[in-house]
Amino acid sequence: MAEFTLPRNSKVTDGKTHKAPDGTKRVATFRVYRWDPDTGANPRLDTFEIDRDQCAPMVLDALIKIKTEIDSTLTFRRSCREGICGSCSMNIDGTNTLACLKPIDEVKGTIDVYPLPHLPVIKDLVPDLSVPYAQYTSIQPWLQSGSAAPPDSERLQSPEERAKLDGLWECVLCFCCTTSCPSYWWNGDRYLGPAILLQAYRWIADSRDEATGERLDALEDPFRLYRCHTILNCTRTCPKSLNPAKAIAEIKKLMVARR
Amino acid sequence: MTMRSTIACVRGLGSAKHGTKHWWMQRATAVALIPLSLWFAAALVSMAGAEWERAYIWIASPAGAVPMILFLIAGLWHGKLGLQVVIEDYVHAEGLKVALLMLLGLTTVALGVAGVFAVCKISFGE
Repeated sequence: MAEFTLPRNSKVTDGKTHKAPDGTKRVATFRVYRWDPDTGANPRLDTFEIDRDQCAPMVLDALIKIKTEIDSTLTFRRSCREGICGSCSMNIDGTNTLACLKPIDEVKGTIDVYPLPHLPVIKDLVPDLSVPYAQYTSIQPWLQSGSAAPPDSERLQSPEERAKLDGLWECVLCFCCTTSCPSYWWNGDRYLGPAILLQAYRWIADSRDEATGERLDALEDPFRLYRCHTILNCTRTCPKSLNPAKAIAEIKKLMVARR
Repeated sequence: MTMRSTIACVRGLGSAKHGTKHWWMQRATAVALIPLSLWFAAALVSMAGAEWERAYIWIASPAGAVPMILFLIAGLWHGKLGLQVVIEDYVHAEGLKVALLMLLGLTTVALGVAGVFAVCKISFGE
């Protein structure tokens, strides 16, 4: 059955509290999920109070400050710090988003920071994304064409054909949408999830691709595609303001159109 | 514990090559149920407190029997498709899942046949 409670060894306990330095005028309080695979202990929530006046505006800035100044064992993924690499996806204040795009001041009160939901945790805020990555591989995310490429130019698209890729190519594969989807929580081993289906549609919608039928064949499955029940958590949570639910609906429309 | 690669697990047994018909029929029966359930509700309201004979005559008439049979088929079909999704979503023990899906299918057919038979019996007389 679907699991609605955490297993005993995943129950979250209270952790350490790191107080703000004396004389701090504006305190920002973070409660951060910590789990260390080496100790075997249950996960805990550590509390970090930081001086908001000595910290840059985004949640990622605060995490870097905590790692640099308070606890160097805090583990998280980050790279570009401007919403392009998709590394720092995590659950902040109850919503999946990119820490580098989430302003600290947008959260009222204590800022809770957890890893992306319903994935195995490797350490602290780092989830195991190997299944979503394998699912990405499974949709063959590259241009497939039997026609030879023009010898001295690009494969051409009309401006209208190119416009169909807008809202799709911007996806940075942070998996905020996929891990916000209850259907993916319960059936993530077989359901591809919104991020992968948006990526699949990115190639289905590409006028230069010649494998549209094969791509639809591979998706026509009660679990791979049709576990989407239009819950729309994906679209609500996307830090890039994309619409994975619409991409999935477009795939379903094509499935009907080709019957 | 498995030593298979992640991509092998993800590809699994491949695509089932169906699901579109289920999705389409769920929507088609939903559209059919808009007028049919309005008709059924209106009929129940107009029949409130009526004598047994009046209800019997209503069901026996073509204007009662035909929409009633359509309502039974569309409603049961739609309910079956919806409950099937609930079972597939939440029941992960393969044996129990297959058993529940079979029970659901057989129950739906039994209820449908019983309902249509009842309407026919009233409509065509003893």
